[in-house]
Amino acid sequence: MFWDFWQYNFFLRALVAGFFLAVAAAILGLYLILRKDAMLGHGLTHIAFAGVAVALFFDVVPFPVALLAAGLAAFFILKIREKAGLYGDTAVAIFSSLGMAVGIILASVAKDFNVNLLSFLFGNILAIRDIELYGAVFLAFGVIGALIFFYHELIYVTFDEESARAAGLAVDRLDALLALLTAITVVIGMKIVGLLLVSALLVIPGAAALQLAGSFKKCTLLAVVLGAVSVVGGLNLAIILNWPASGAIVVTSGGIFLLVAALKRLRSA
Amino acid sequence: MAPLISIKNLYFSYGEQLVLENINLDVNRGDFLAILGPNGSGKTTLIKLILGLLKPQKGEIRLFGQPSATFKERWRIGYVPQRAIARVDPVFPVSVAEVVSFGLLPKKSFPRFMKASDWEAVRRALRQVEMEAYERRKLSQLSGGQQQRVFIARAIVAQPEVLILDEPTTGVDVTTQERFYDLLGLLNQKGLTIIIVTHDIGIVNKHVKQVACLNRRLVYHGTHEEFCSSPRLKEYVGEHHLVVHRH
Ligand SMILES: Nc1ncnc2c1ncn2[C@@H]1O[C@H](COP(=O)(O)OP(=O)(O)O)[C@@H](O)[C@H]1O
Ligand SMILES: [Mg+2]
Repeated sequence: MFWDFWQYNFFLRALVAGFFLAVAAAILGLYLILRKDAMLGHGLTHIAFAGVAVALFFDVVPFPVALLAAGLAAFFILKIREKAGLYGDTAVAIFSSLGMAVGIILASVAKDFNVNLLSFLFGNILAIRDIELYGAVFLAFGVIGALIFFYHELIYVTFDEESARAAGLAVDRLDALLALLTAITVVIGMKIVGLLLVSALLVIPGAAALQLAGSFKKCTLLAVVLGAVSVVGGLNLAIILNWPASGAIVVTSGGIFLLVAALKRLRSA
Repeated sequence: MAPLISIKNLYFSYGEQLVLENINLDVNRGDFLAILGPNGSGKTTLIKLILGLLKPQKGEIRLFGQPSATFKERWRIGYVPQRAIARVDPVFPVSVAEVVSFGLLPKKSFPRFMKASDWEAVRRALRQVEMEAYERRKLSQLSGGQQQRVFIARAIVAQPEVLILDEPTTGVDVTTQERFYDLLGLLNQKGLTIIIVTHDIGIVNKHVKQVACLNRRLVYHGTHEEFCSSPRLKEYVGEHHLVVHRH
C-alpha cells in the first residue's frame, strides 16, 4: 500500500522540506496579497531562473547564485518604485522579463544544460539530496523566525503604512525585509516545487485563508495549515497516482481553495 | 513650561507650489485646538510635518521641547489619519483588538511581542471609546462611526499626551458625530491635548478651546470665544452659512 512510502527516506525528506517551505510561503504570501504585491513572488522566480542559468553556464552551484540574483532584484525593485514612482507591478514586470531573457539566451548559447535547467523550473522534491534538504529547512526556519519576530510590525505596515511611519516604525526596512524573505522563499521552493509553481504556494493558501478569517492571527494559522495540507496531501496524491509531485501539490492547494470558497458561500447563504 | 508643540517660521512647498508660508503656532498642554481651513489650504500637510512624515524646507518644529527631526518618543503623539475609514480594506483580516494593539508598538523595543498586560491596555482603550463589546469583531464589519472609535482607541492606547485627528468625521452621520465630539471633550477634560483638523466650521462646538484658521498662512489663531464673536473670520474660512453652535 502507499502507506509503505512513509517508511522510505526520500518520501520523508520530501515531506519535511515541503512542509517547511509551505509554512514559510503561506505566511509570507498573506502579506504579499494584502499589499497587492502578489506578483513580486512570481517576478522573483524569473530572476532566480536567470541566476540558475548563469550558474550553470559558469558551472558553479546554482543555489547561492539564484539567491543572490533574487535578493538583489528584490532590492532594486523596491528602489525603482521609490525613485521612479513606477507602479509596483511595472517594476516587477520589467525585472522578471529581463530575468527570463537572460535565462533563455544563456540556455540557448550553452545548449547542453537545458535538461538541468528544466529541473529547476518544475522542481523535483522526491529527488532532493541531504545537503539541499538541510539548506532548505535552515533557510525556511530563518524566514519563519523573521516573520514571527516582526509579526506585529509587518501587519501594521501592511495595514496602514502612514500611521506606522508616524509611529516611528522603520517602514522602509520592513519593506526590504519582506522582499528579501520573498527572494529566499522563492529559492527554497525552486528545488522543491520548481520556479514555475512556487508562486502558487505563496498565494493560494493565503488567498484561501482570507476568505474565512476575521483576525490576522487566525488567518495566519489557517494559511499555514492549508499550505501544509497541500504539501502533505499533494505528495501522497503524487505517489498514489504517479503524478509529478510539484503538480500534485499545487493542484491540491487549488482544490482546497475551491473547497474553502464553497464553504464561505454556504456560511454566508 | 515649554509648549508641547512649537512651530516657528515654518515654510513648506511641494516642488514649486508653496503650501505653507511662515507658520507660527504653539500648542500647550490641555489645549483643544481646531485647525480650520478650506480644502487644499495645507492642513494635512501641517499635520504631516508635525508627525515627521514630511520635512520642512525652512523653519523649525519642536515636540516636547526637542527638535522634531531627532524626536524619538513618537508614542507621545496619537494620530488618526485623514480618510482612515475610507481606506479600510474590506478583505483585510484584522480584528478590532489587533488594530488597537498596533498603537502600542512604538512604545516597545524589539522583539515587539504582545503581553497579557498589553491586551489589558487594549481593552481599557476600547472601554474608553465604548467599543469593548466589539473586541473580537473583524474591523471591516463595523460601521463607519464604530471604526472611527476603534482608530481613536488605537491612537490613545499608548497613553499619548497629544491626540491629532485629521478630518475624523468625514463620512460619519450627524448623530454619531455629536457623540464623537463629546468623547473628545471627555478625553480633553481628563488632560489629553487635542488637535482636530477640519474644513467644516460647524464642528467648532462646545468642546473646542482654541481655533486656528489656515489658508497657506495662519490667518487667525486665538480663543474660541474671540473666533465666535468675529463673523468676518468665519467668512474668511468660507463657510459662513454654517452657524457656530454654543451650548
Ligand atoms: N503629495 C503631494 N504632492 C504634491 N502636492 C500636494 C501633495 N499633497 C498635497 N498637495 C497639495 O498641497 C496643497 C495642500 O494640501 P493639503 O495639506 O492636503 O490640504 P488640506 O488638508 O487642507 O485639504 C493642495 O494644493 C494639494 O493639492
Ligand atoms: Mg486634508
